[in-house]
Amino acid sequence: MKKKIISLLSVLVFAITPIISFTGCGSDSDATDTLVVLNYGKYIEADVLKRFQKETGIKVKYEEYESVEDMYAKYKAGSINYDVICTSDYMIETLRQEGELIPIDYNSLPNYKNIDQDIIDSSAAFDPNHKYTVPYFYGTVGILYNTNMVDEETVSSWDCLWDPEFKNRIVMINSQRDAFMVAQKKLGYSINTTDKKELDDSFNLLCDEKKYVYAYLQDETYECMISEDAAMAVCYSGEAAMGMEYNENLDYTVPDEGGNLWIDSWFVPRTCKHYDAAMKWIDFMCEEEAATENFEYVWYATPNTKVAAHEDEDTLADETVFPTKETLARCDLYDAYDDKTLDYTTTLWKKLKAY
Amino acid sequence: MTKAKKGASYLYLGLVFLFLYAPILVLIFLSFNNSMSRTVWGGFTLKWYLSLTSNDNIMSALGTTIRITLASSILATILGTSAAIGIHYMKKRHAALMLGATNIPLLNADIVTGISLMLLFTRFTPLGEFSVVLAHIAFSVPYVIFNVLPRLQSLSEACIEAALDLGATPTYAFCKVVWPELFPGVLSGFLMALTMSLDDFTITYFTKGAGVNTLSTMLYTQLRKGIQPELYALSTILFLLAFVLLLLMNFKRDIKKEAK
Amino acid sequence: MFNKFRTSFLAAPYAVWVLICTILPLLYILGYAITNDAGTLTFANLLAITDPVHLKSLWLSVEIALSTTVICLIIAYPVALILHNLKISNKGFVVFLFILPMWMNFMLRILAWQIILSNNGILNNMLSAIGLPTIHILYTKAAVTLGMIYDFLPYMILPIYNALSKINDQVIEAAADLGANWWTTFIKITVPLSKDGIISGIIMVFVPALSSFVVSNLLGGGKVLLIGNVIEQEFTLARNWNLGSGLSIILMIFVLLSMSIMNRIDDSENGGMLV
Repeated sequence: MKKKIISLLSVLVFAITPIISFTGCGSDSDATDTLVVLNYGKYIEADVLKRFQKETGIKVKYEEYESVEDMYAKYKAGSINYDVICTSDYMIETLRQEGELIPIDYNSLPNYKNIDQDIIDSSAAFDPNHKYTVPYFYGTVGILYNTNMVDEETVSSWDCLWDPEFKNRIVMINSQRDAFMVAQKKLGYSINTTDKKELDDSFNLLCDEKKYVYAYLQDETYECMISEDAAMAVCYSGEAAMGMEYNENLDYTVPDEGGNLWIDSWFVPRTCKHYDAAMKWIDFMCEEEAATENFEYVWYATPNTKVAAHEDEDTLADETVFPTKETLARCDLYDAYDDKTLDYTTTLWKKLKAY
Repeated sequence: MTKAKKGASYLYLGLVFLFLYAPILVLIFLSFNNSMSRTVWGGFTLKWYLSLTSNDNIMSALGTTIRITLASSILATILGTSAAIGIHYMKKRHAALMLGATNIPLLNADIVTGISLMLLFTRFTPLGEFSVVLAHIAFSVPYVIFNVLPRLQSLSEACIEAALDLGATPTYAFCKVVWPELFPGVLSGFLMALTMSLDDFTITYFTKGAGVNTLSTMLYTQLRKGIQPELYALSTILFLLAFVLLLLMNFKRDIKKEAK
Repeated sequence: MFNKFRTSFLAAPYAVWVLICTILPLLYILGYAITNDAGTLTFANLLAITDPVHLKSLWLSVEIALSTTVICLIIAYPVALILHNLKISNKGFVVFLFILPMWMNFMLRILAWQIILSNNGILNNMLSAIGLPTIHILYTKAAVTLGMIYDFLPYMILPIYNALSKINDQVIEAAADLGANWWTTFIKITVPLSKDGIISGIIMVFVPALSSFVVSNLLGGGKVLLIGNVIEQEFTLARNWNLGSGLSIILMIFVLLSMSIMNRIDDSENGGMLV
């Protein structure tokens, strides 16, 4: 009996060990016709992905992440060699400063001319000489509110988030950087301040706010607004647009003190093994038809100037989706924090949540 | 038991089951909701069920999930069962050591297990579906061991000795005496491993390779911009399948009993 | 039965497995825990638990884990007892009924609780329909505790049920014959004989509740910061793997301590087993 079991097991062990030790070698080597893409969740129309693979013959391994921080953790772990990544401005700057980016060969991108020059100029905040990035979508951070519960006047200032009248009906954004931005704008500070006192002031203000906050949310804030669980929510413009589609009482604004403009862009990381395919991918994202399809799925503002021709006037006039020049003028981009400031704000953020 | 007492205990059981199954009823309800938002009732529809099979993403995630879950729970059951038998016959001190180590995955926060396994795997093997299977085995083996061990402990040594004395070969004794006793433990261990693997998100998320998506990881990335209602439909189908399977198994057993 | 020494080698593959997939990863974490970015040896990450923020979240975790465990025990014991008295022929069936909900994805189930508990949710609609005042529960400590009770209740019911079904019914009958009333029998016989199950249940609920972070993420609305959340955030948001590892090691030590206390209470032979 025991002999049988032991021999059976040894067979099993011998059968498994080679799998464990050898599967590694073959799979990830230089197949030129694959591309590893990392992007936000639900940030591409499935059909575009399919069409790219069909037209170029490149097989795409498509990876999604939920938050910028997730992306950084996955990338830094070095477990997967990504070829092309889409993420937000300040994270790109962090990676750029860490020397993780490879310059883009703009000459190999015939469709790059479709991209709005204004947005390219704004990208200078995280890509100073414009060597590394191609914008994908952009938008603002503002307030989504229910017109039945809050009037326009009230939400014209960030002050409304400190109004006891809305106790337990305020949804605050659950993102360290964006939450601090709100407090800094209210106080009239720069959203990129690294001054310890200014950060402390912002922190104290956020602590005051906590007692009125229903929840700190980042995912599906709009669900909370659709169901009218909350009166107002600090959220991204695309999320606001999504909410307004389902509940006609909702509206979105960026308060007078201003807000944040964010730009999500494609870049090529140092781990890239298929540079040419990555270029083809980025170019494809700039293509008129693909950009239109993506826009109609994602519903954030697209920097692609060719998309406008495919959309009706209502859509183009929708200030939630396409922020006006005036709105953009009072919105700033984030700079990447240096390590010390990042550590400090993280500590403050943790403290805010703990107390 | 008096009638009132019986009624009260049924009522109590019913309430507990309502508590456990209420969210499931909500989800089943949502799978028929003709709206992309989960807080708006857009009328009754079957469209999510119909569009389910044509959704390549979901179908491939389902395939991956099934492969990973089956592979990991079968391997974990084999590994765990033989380990449990081995541990049972070990010297006490050694057994305690092994059990201590077995407890570790159960004691660690999922995220720590996930990240530590990722750190390990990245050095020795590229991440892919296979690394997820390994990780799932790692966290589900303890459940198998702890389901099989109590069975071994309640096994009467005298019975086995009697079988051996009566001339049974060890193999025969194992098949006829030990195995029937062990089997329920092995089965429940297997099912627990299966369930744990099916339900896991954190560990999968950190140990999976590019392009590998299970239903859980897919769901997580969708939280940001709204869950595809097809996923409610798929979950409902999976749940009902398990439920029907369970009823059938129970039914079959009852029939067998009556036949006897 | 068989040659004990040689049969014990059946665990050999598993021993190798444990070394590679349990001990080695743990050493990695330990390595991170006792070093800093620069790779120099430090105990700062372990001592970081004394930071008031970390202490507070640890304390909150203990508080929630304890109340979860106690409430689970209170709910589960009668359930196990009733199920036992029902004399169901097929024990497996009962076990299935409790693990069946897990076949619906965990995150989906917790999302469903959001729908039930929110301000305009199902619960509040039902309350106002029968004329009761609505309650604000979602995104509070209470909601997190409820979510955990929901998640871990089966882990309490099953071991107790198992322990009860091992009790020899004749013992209970004997007690009744000797004139003990139901309550005395219950306290003096049933409970002590099911002690093993109770202790397994307590450990199986308390330990995961202590380190959980997903429930508090989804039902705490970012306002309930547990030690699990702190660790998760150190690994992701703050990108400080050293601190995250340090706190995980502390959490593990904490769990081991509470388990050894439980095991001391449990003087039976099966010490060290969870299930």
